[in-house]
Amino acid sequence: MSDTTPDRTTRHIPDRLQSPLSRALKSWEMLLLIVAVGIFILNALASPYFLDPWNLSDATFNFTEKAMIAFAMALLIISGEIDLSVGAIIALCSTAIGLAMTAGAQAPVLVLVGLGTGLACGAFNGVLVARFGLPSIVVTIGTMSLFRGISYIVLGDSAFTGYPAGFAWFGQGYVWWVITVELVIFALAALIFWLVLHRSNFGRMVYAIGNNATAARFSGIRVERVKFILFLLTGLMSGIAAICLTSRLGSTRPSIAAGFELEVVTIVVLGGVSILGGSGSIPGVVIAALVMGLVTFGLGLMNVPGIVMSIIMGLLLIGVIALPRLWTMLRRR
Amino acid sequence: MLAETDAPVLSLRGIVKTFPGVRALDGVRLDLYPGQVTALIGENGAGKSTIVKTLTGIYQPDEGQIIVDGVETRFPTAQAAGDAGVTAIHQETVLFDEMTVAENIFIGHAPRGRFGLIDRAEMTRRARDILTSIGADLNPSVKLLDLGIASKHLVAIARALSIDARVVIMDEPTAALSHKEIAELYELVEKLKRQGKAILFISHKFDEIFRIADRWTVFRDGQFVGEGVMAGTREAELVRLMVGRNVDQIYPKRPARIGKPALTVAGYCHPTEFDGISFTLHEGEILGFYGLVGAGRSEVMQALFGITQPSKGAVRIGEDVRVIRSTAQAVRAGIVYVPEDRGRQGAVKGLPIFQNVTLPSLKDTSRNGFLRLAEEFALTRTYTQRLDLRAASLDQDVALLSGGNQQKVVIAKWLATRPRVIILDEPTKGIDIGSKAAVHDFMSELAAEGLAVIMVSSEIPEILGMSDRVIVMREGRIAAEFEGDEMTPENLVRAAVGIEGEAA
Repeated sequence: MSDTTPDRTTRHIPDRLQSPLSRALKSWEMLLLIVAVGIFILNALASPYFLDPWNLSDATFNFTEKAMIAFAMALLIISGEIDLSVGAIIALCSTAIGLAMTAGAQAPVLVLVGLGTGLACGAFNGVLVARFGLPSIVVTIGTMSLFRGISYIVLGDSAFTGYPAGFAWFGQGYVWWVITVELVIFALAALIFWLVLHRSNFGRMVYAIGNNATAARFSGIRVERVKFILFLLTGLMSGIAAICLTSRLGSTRPSIAAGFELEVVTIVVLGGVSILGGSGSIPGVVIAALVMGLVTFGLGLMNVPGIVMSIIMGLLLIGVIALPRLWTMLRRR
Repeated sequence: MLAETDAPVLSLRGIVKTFPGVRALDGVRLDLYPGQVTALIGENGAGKSTIVKTLTGIYQPDEGQIIVDGVETRFPTAQAAGDAGVTAIHQETVLFDEMTVAENIFIGHAPRGRFGLIDRAEMTRRARDILTSIGADLNPSVKLLDLGIASKHLVAIARALSIDARVVIMDEPTAALSHKEIAELYELVEKLKRQGKAILFISHKFDEIFRIADRWTVFRDGQFVGEGVMAGTREAELVRLMVGRNVDQIYPKRPARIGKPALTVAGYCHPTEFDGISFTLHEGEILGFYGLVGAGRSEVMQALFGITQPSKGAVRIGEDVRVIRSTAQAVRAGIVYVPEDRGRQGAVKGLPIFQNVTLPSLKDTSRNGFLRLAEEFALTRTYTQRLDLRAASLDQDVALLSGGNQQKVVIAKWLATRPRVIILDEPTKGIDIGSKAAVHDFMSELAAEGLAVIMVSSEIPEILGMSDRVIVMREGRIAAEFEGDEMTPENLVRAAVGIEGEAA
């Protein structure tokens, strides 16, 4: 081995030692999938109403809007940043849509207003974090109050209601049989974000920045630009979620989507994204969203009150995160 | 004045300290006498920092004795060293910005009042006394973050005095000070001497050493090579002791065919780090940059690579004038940089080898912005094979590789971009001998192929063995340039420490 003349021609390093398939089988996503199937079966046994297609279709509303944001949030957290203002962005987008509606705008304009407001909010966060180098957790806690505060100033105790019929399609429409428009948007978003994160150069840069932003910069990556784009994406997805939610509820109150940010982060972390950045996957987030939806729906069918539901969600999060660590600790004994 | 018969306060005998792969201290000795300043002299990596850490209880020696007042002792903790009266003022002394001057001075040994609570009034009063005694006009109640570097040094010195130290270690105390502040520091050292304290003074600057020291000790490569009294010692003698090793390692330097200018830097300036840097680098040339730690070499290189922006100056690459404001622009212009700090700036740990290598080349391996893994593996294979990388698979996390192999991954990453200028910052620092040879070998091969290479190194044999030409930097400026026969260890060290005239 300690031959002094390096043998350059014969040494061969294999590309991979483990096939992608066997890696997938041992992954976090696999574990989550088993949990999801388990919950599905439990629900089916516990309630006779669970397996009804229309009930299941309704249940998807428990997660679709949050999951859309969770995809963008996953990228942001993988890159080492976070956006806690997403619920407030929804409130501001919804308020903007409401204002446009009172001015007499029809559905297409309302959609553009929602998307534009979301992008603007994302750009505001992005400039503060990427351009001025402020910590994202502080910036977005600030903008969380700021964005929602504007909604409260505009609306006070009142609410916008009476959205045009065409606008209802996004939150209440069906594409085919029990497949809702929101579910289709969710699936499309999952596909697009999967491509971006796992199949594009941009996704590779996100991982590099999350693992070591300094070394990424020393590798010629425009770290600030990538982070700015990620905040824009999160703003945009919040805008889309705001359109769906406003359309589904048919009204805008300043308290709309309160607490969304924590549920979105919960989905992301449950999906196996490291809160410290650097690792995670879109399939994980998709399955985590399904788990969230199934648990909420199942508990709802059993008439479990909302407070208890949030306790169970919290325990589930801690439990699923702790499981692999407990497992290794037990094996080491 | 120098009482030769004085017994040393503190002596080290036969101290050995090894780290994985390195013998940092190899049986060194050191004597510190009361009321005298002993200068510790040596190149970067001679073992000076290790000896300071041994003296202050941060490192435990593997072998050897620490003798205080003729009694052998141990410093198992920093606290123990402090109790024995040893205190250090570091290059970057650990002080607490959010605490007041008085709190910093008395941290760990504050005067106690009733119920064992800190007696603030007494603490402030004593802090003021100590500060007055060293002629420092500081308010003890001011928070440290409001003070400048020089004042922080004074606080560190006051802290040293507050524990009634008998041995004061000053590790490059003047590195960050202005001329006026340095003069004040000298006065303070005289004051400490009069109080009978033994002072260990570590500095790279010969003028300081001759100005202030009574004795000297020289280390080289972790070994003791000589000691004596300052009076009657000539600079040339110290320089020879410092570098006096044989430059007998074999470097695979190939005769270079030096071509057209590849990179011309004109008047590069930075507000704090460097000033008036101008040089030309040619195709096929290896240009060495020598200097002491802190001479500004890495800072210049990082500005060329777009990490920091120069305040003034221009770069020409080949024929084109370029403005480099980001690393992305530098890479596009064909300048790449292999950093010294591999762990933080080099490899992206957590990502597999192939993803590290292709990170700056994704444009070439992808199609329409989408990854093509087969292309990535092929590119990685080409360059890692040339560098003789040792790894289990190309999909392995770089964090699992040895330092030398991580360095190869970083170099492969840059070669894959087919650059015109490659800057290697301490390319073989802390890597094993085998990888070192591979890196050297490869460097000559690259130069022979016409790549322009800048090598920043603090190792004289490496600089002399690999470079066609050497630029020496001192305090942010180019101090000298050597070529051919002028490239001698003595000339480099002279220029680096700032000794003018007097031929070697």
